[in-house]
Amino acid sequence: MIIYPILSRLNEWWKGVVAAYGLPPEFVPAGQMVVNGVLIAGFIAALVLFLIWLTRKVSAHIQQRFGPMRVGWHGAVQTVADALKLVQKEDTTPRGCDRPVFNIAPFLAFAPTVVAFVVIPFGDGAIVRDLNIGVLFLFAVTTINVIAIIAGGWASGSKYSLLGGFRSAAQLVSYEVPLVLSALGVIMLAGSMRLGAIVDAQSRVWFVAYQPLAFVIYVIAATAEVNRTPFDIPEAEQELVAGFNVEYSGMKFAMFFLAEFANMFLVSAIAATLFLGGWRGPWLPGEFWFLGKSFAIVLLLMFFRWTYPRLRVDQLMTFAWKFLLPLAFLNLIITGLIVVLI
Amino acid sequence: MATDTAIHTEEFQVNMGPQHPSTHGVFRMVLTLDGERVVECEPHIGFLHRSMEKMAENRLYIQFLPMADRIDYLSSMFCSVAHCEAVEQLMEIEVPPRAKYLRTMFMELNRIASHCIFFGIFALDLGAVTPFLYGFRERELTMDLLEMTSGQRLTFNYVRFGGVAADLPESFFPAVEKFVKVFPARVTDYERILNENEIFLARTKGVGVVAAPRAVNYGWTGPNLRASGVDFDLRQNMPYEAYGELGYKPVVLSRGDCYERYLARLLEMRASHALIKKCVEGLPEGPTQKEKVSKFPKVPAGEVYVRVESPRGDYGLHLVSDGTDKPYRYKLRTPSFNNLSMIRELLRGVYLADIVPIFGSLDVILPDVDR
Repeated sequence: MIIYPILSRLNEWWKGVVAAYGLPPEFVPAGQMVVNGVLIAGFIAALVLFLIWLTRKVSAHIQQRFGPMRVGWHGAVQTVADALKLVQKEDTTPRGCDRPVFNIAPFLAFAPTVVAFVVIPFGDGAIVRDLNIGVLFLFAVTTINVIAIIAGGWASGSKYSLLGGFRSAAQLVSYEVPLVLSALGVIMLAGSMRLGAIVDAQSRVWFVAYQPLAFVIYVIAATAEVNRTPFDIPEAEQELVAGFNVEYSGMKFAMFFLAEFANMFLVSAIAATLFLGGWRGPWLPGEFWFLGKSFAIVLLLMFFRWTYPRLRVDQLMTFAWKFLLPLAFLNLIITGLIVVLI
Repeated sequence: MATDTAIHTEEFQVNMGPQHPSTHGVFRMVLTLDGERVVECEPHIGFLHRSMEKMAENRLYIQFLPMADRIDYLSSMFCSVAHCEAVEQLMEIEVPPRAKYLRTMFMELNRIASHCIFFGIFALDLGAVTPFLYGFRERELTMDLLEMTSGQRLTFNYVRFGGVAADLPESFFPAVEKFVKVFPARVTDYERILNENEIFLARTKGVGVVAAPRAVNYGWTGPNLRASGVDFDLRQNMPYEAYGELGYKPVVLSRGDCYERYLARLLEMRASHALIKKCVEGLPEGPTQKEKVSKFPKVPAGEVYVRVESPRGDYGLHLVSDGTDKPYRYKLRTPSFNNLSMIRELLRGVYLADIVPIFGSLDVILPDVDR
């Protein structure tokens, strides 16, 4: 992709600036971080705009509608218009809320997602930091999202949002366990937590072939992690109106929305990296393969979203603890045995 | 001093409605919750009370006719048929057979429209968005047919004393044929998207179970009652209009949970479809309006009780006339009110998330409750 030459040129330029003005050498990585951060945030914003449009189009065609058609080609700039509308809206803070927590929660929801993109390999060498604990870092960082949701639900001072926040806490913590366990199988096969190494280990056969069960568990748990139907209990529209974000409006609501869609892409990207060979693929550039695989998973999640009803909260818990978790352990044991024996 | 280490939970109250996406209008519940469990539910009705019965007493019979459509706007054909039948019975007017068939056919079309909405909303209540639009797609077909003849899509104002307002237009027959042809496949679509869906079954099977005696005691009627296993349908037991000639075998199920209440309506759609087919095939020739019936009738003194099987159940109208051109008393027994009466008992002890399917499966419509 064209971003990386620009990025490296920018980094070189910054190095030059620091040297020319005699600034302390610590300024070099600091400036590079700023540049990288801005680029990732921009990428996520553009991605989310596209994802929202895609959701609307996919849902419309499943439901025999057209979806947005007026603003731009097939409504292509509809989400831009919606985003502009949200920016213009008055930033209201309801009475009786916990003001600082209320204000910080949307950003707390969005920030971990941006940070998580740091370790995602978009293509050959197209990775901001290939940490040697990449997978651990990913799961650790994305878990912060729970705190944001509880904080938002609690601080709103509404019973509906509080219920939504607590439901979400229970759900996310429960599904985190099978999610991580399913990824463990991949780590055992690759022998590394570095995402670059995991992709390299799949140069011949994708891990989904060795770990089909883990892949299924991962997709189910990931659907729950990002609060999509049939696991969208925290924001069950029919019971809780909108759940934890019921009191949010304007830009703060947009931040939650942004985080939700960015997270959806993130879990799909992780699935593509861990199970589907990441950016590896013939002929075309790696970025193309990576995005293609990620979007395939995103589409799968969208099909779930627009086909299935929602589970009840106790059924959700039963499913996680009594079904998914034992399966994940079983998968882990089998994988372990095979790795040891071969 | 003994220390109490047990974790205590505290009950709290949540107000659900009247502005809430799944209270189907303006129903309000004050819920006392213990975590996700409902301890007590206090229902409030009356937000949509329009004093329909009193208004009827202050208007000419013909003036109330379009208003009767608005008592239950999703099954308006039934309300106006009940109104006209009551007047006809007091005046001893015999309706021409063609008009009877037309009334029957449009009532069944209206029933399908109403059940389509139920199907869509019920799935939406459970979080599935797509069936909602499927339901509305078929409702559109029935609405088109009704619009062709009556000129209206929701409140038809089609029935008149001694007949109906208009005969069928020529374009109606190809349209209804097309509808009769495509509809069963569309119901199969419905069945395929929900009936075997594990999540849907888990959410509805065994939830909100009502046994037959309890349903009868609460005065339940319609698909709700038949889902509990009581074989009672006015179309079969007390036939009116053309139902006697057409013959009808009601859909009766047994378990009486949310799933069966849903299934009863889905099967009724098929039954209604068969009735419409019979109506079109057996449509007698002749006038659609009895001659020499005044548009502003002075109804002879007396009283009459008319019952119609609306999509929600037994719609009863007790009309008392004192011989003038206005009703003396116009008392309605609407099915939604009785079907809703059990809600407090049904919701006690269920999960918060079960409120919506239980309430939704009753297919209550609030203007019908409040009048």
